[in-house]
Amino acid sequence: MALICHARSTAARHFMRGLSASTVIGRWNSPPIPFSSGGSERRFGSARAGESVSPQYDDCRNQVLDFPGGKVMFIPEMRFLSESTGERISCYRVLDHNGQTISGSSFKEVTREVAVKMYRDMVTLQVMDTIFYEAQRQGRISFYLTSTGEEAINIASAAALSNEDVVFPQYREPGVLLWRGFTLQEFANQCFGNKSDYGKGRQMPIHYGSSKYNYFTVSSPISTQLPQAVGAAYSLKMDRKDACAVTYFGDGGTSEGDFHAALNFAAVTESPVIFFCRNNGWAISTPTEEQFRSDGAVIRGQAYGIRSIRVDGNDALAVYSAVHLAREMAICETRPILIEALTYRVGHHSTSDDSTKYRPAEEIEHWRSARDPVSRYRKWIERNGWWCDDVESEFRSSVRKELLQAIQVAERAQKPPLKELFTDVYDVVPSNLREQEQVLYQNVEKYPGDYPSDVPI
Amino acid sequence: MATVLQAATLLMGWQTDIKRFRLRSALRSAPVRHKGFFVVRTDGRLSATYVVMPRMSKLIPNAIAVKADSTGSSAGSKPGHELLLFEALREGLEEEMERDPRVCVMGEDVGHYGGSYKVTKGLASKFGDLRVVDTPIAENSFTGMGVGAAMAGLRPVIEGMNMGFLLLAFNQISNNCGMLHYTSGGQFTIPVVIRGPGGVGRQLGAEHSQRLESYFQSIPGLQMVACSTPYNAKGLMKGAIRSENPVVLFEHVLLYNLKERIPDEDYVLCLEEAEMVRPGEHVTILTYSRMRYHVMQAAKTLINKMGYDPEVIDIRSLKPFDLYTIGNSIKKTHRVLIVEECMRTGGIGASLRSAIIDNFWDYLDAPIMCLSSQDVPTPYAGTLEEWTVVQPAQIVAAVEQLCN
Repeated sequence: MALICHARSTAARHFMRGLSASTVIGRWNSPPIPFSSGGSERRFGSARAGESVSPQYDDCRNQVLDFPGGKVMFIPEMRFLSESTGERISCYRVLDHNGQTISGSSFKEVTREVAVKMYRDMVTLQVMDTIFYEAQRQGRISFYLTSTGEEAINIASAAALSNEDVVFPQYREPGVLLWRGFTLQEFANQCFGNKSDYGKGRQMPIHYGSSKYNYFTVSSPISTQLPQAVGAAYSLKMDRKDACAVTYFGDGGTSEGDFHAALNFAAVTESPVIFFCRNNGWAISTPTEEQFRSDGAVIRGQAYGIRSIRVDGNDALAVYSAVHLAREMAICETRPILIEALTYRVGHHSTSDDSTKYRPAEEIEHWRSARDPVSRYRKWIERNGWWCDDVESEFRSSVRKELLQAIQVAERAQKPPLKELFTDVYDVVPSNLREQEQVLYQNVEKYPGDYPSDVPI
Repeated sequence: MATVLQAATLLMGWQTDIKRFRLRSALRSAPVRHKGFFVVRTDGRLSATYVVMPRMSKLIPNAIAVKADSTGSSAGSKPGHELLLFEALREGLEEEMERDPRVCVMGEDVGHYGGSYKVTKGLASKFGDLRVVDTPIAENSFTGMGVGAAMAGLRPVIEGMNMGFLLLAFNQISNNCGMLHYTSGGQFTIPVVIRGPGGVGRQLGAEHSQRLESYFQSIPGLQMVACSTPYNAKGLMKGAIRSENPVVLFEHVLLYNLKERIPDEDYVLCLEEAEMVRPGEHVTILTYSRMRYHVMQAAKTLINKMGYDPEVIDIRSLKPFDLYTIGNSIKKTHRVLIVEECMRTGGIGASLRSAIIDNFWDYLDAPIMCLSSQDVPTPYAGTLEEWTVVQPAQIVAAVEQLCN
């Protein structure tokens, strides 16, 4: 394993420093049952028949009783746990509004190369979103979904991962693919569903997938990727690979049943998976106040026995540092980690949505300009002397040109042939599908006028 | 009098003293005509009236079990070993886990408890907790976990404690399992096996008596098989694990204690193939899983008392149907009776009927008859429950009607 044990002490040090008064530390008299990797070392039974039922005492002379799950202290007063901890869980942040590191902040250093690539990819993502959105409005593609406002989350989290980490995205994380090397042409091919699309034109736009970059194909139902990520992490753990699974989801996704069970499973199976929640305030038109009554997603981690952190999702360095450390902990200690990144969904939910119908336009504008993660990060790298205005305008226009070119090429490219309708349903095309294929070909031959002439058979 | 049916209903944990019976599946090939066939008597002995063709006992890797060269293969073959159906499933699973370290098992109580029907007994202590995972109770999520693990390189065998609970996993099975190979453009494969007991048991109540094959059959990308004997249970389990597609293996609650002698050698059965249980001339009876035994019981009456010669095929492959075997049979007999445990509406019988009409209309001399359960939830009361399931008497009457 490349990550060696000293990382554990780094991780532990960071973790212990991060514990504040507001985090509740459970008091266990007996440790949780370990999950063994070989042999049946499971502990069977808690209290046994014949044991004394009179109260025992723990080290501090508190009365305890044995129940399945361990010893627990009992109290004579009836005390309900409050529905809220009073104070909200604090949020980790490194850069202020002006792109200056806050004094006393601790973060993972980035090299100039990585820092500049991060910025370039954030800009590329921003430009890509704008251009593809416009293309949809012009009727050139059928659908698009932007990640505007969440560029820092996309790129910074990807930068902190390795290419071996398997990614299970929701749909608002194309930046992760971009970071790993997906080209603008490849993005365009998928959106246009042409024959160069790796998905062979079978999915809606933005449902990217690449086995080469360990980015699992986007699937529309919300949060179904969460338990899948746990399964993949389990597989990595069994193979003892130096990699983890990472899965992204929004605030709305935390309401799905799969969220609950995935976190539970990850904790019980001790799988190296990072749960990354992009709390952007909105699930289409549902604000977080109507989505849940807990303090966001981070507070729920402890309920499942998962270490969690809340970060400022618009602060690239904070996201980078948190994901970097989370990855170390996940792999070295084979445990799941929950990261909640607070951010704002600047764009509409998708091209099928008009968010001004349910939120004020001024609010959107405020987050688009004053709270833009890209310009905030830009100020930081400019301050370091790694970027300047001239490079900025040149870069933006070259990305724009490259995108327009890619779109033109993708638009003109042929669509996948008809036979791809029947392949990949199974490993080999079975006889019944071959039959159906023949019927379809016969139809096309008989009524060629009803069939587009530019799509090959 | 211990009937075949009663013997087959010995449930796990019940210590009633019911005679077990021995059943031998007939040879599997369709195109080869056999002179002999088997009759199962109530006391479990095989009828000695006819020539009994021995089962092939050669090593058959990845069997398309339709080999015609069965001559002389019995000479010097090992007698095999006897076991119960759930043990056959376990044997198949264990052999595959030994052969391929990527095979793992996920489900509720499959580890140290050994599984509710003891199919995974002993596997956790042999292969470790990492390969036999006890999951919390969330079917959609451990199925999803299996899908993710499969995409990342493992070959999970996902157990539903009862098939009915897998309705909770329908989202993952339909939207992801069946779809992701296709929507990813072939980049990711999902070689999972989803298995569990289903069907009407002995007073298990409506929720535990579901026939999920009717709900799943429409999902593109899935393969479905149903086992009915220890021999085909082991073979189908192994075939399903080795398949690159997601396979749903349907077991039946009442068949777990069937006993049979199976070969010692390694064998794998073809997932898409039907099994010729009893060749005949007058009528083709298509069935699967538990109904096979009801059909064979009815066949006894038909042959001995009424002089009919039914051809009984256990279709085994529910998706896709083995239209080759079925078609050859229809071309011979021209009459079809489908006996299933599914509901009348939207069951396997409904699809099969439709497929036969599409392909073999010209060969039919009579409308296809289909005997299914009624469209009602399965009642708890034993007498009522018995009559939601097709009984041998009804099968006999149907054949009579079909052949006159």
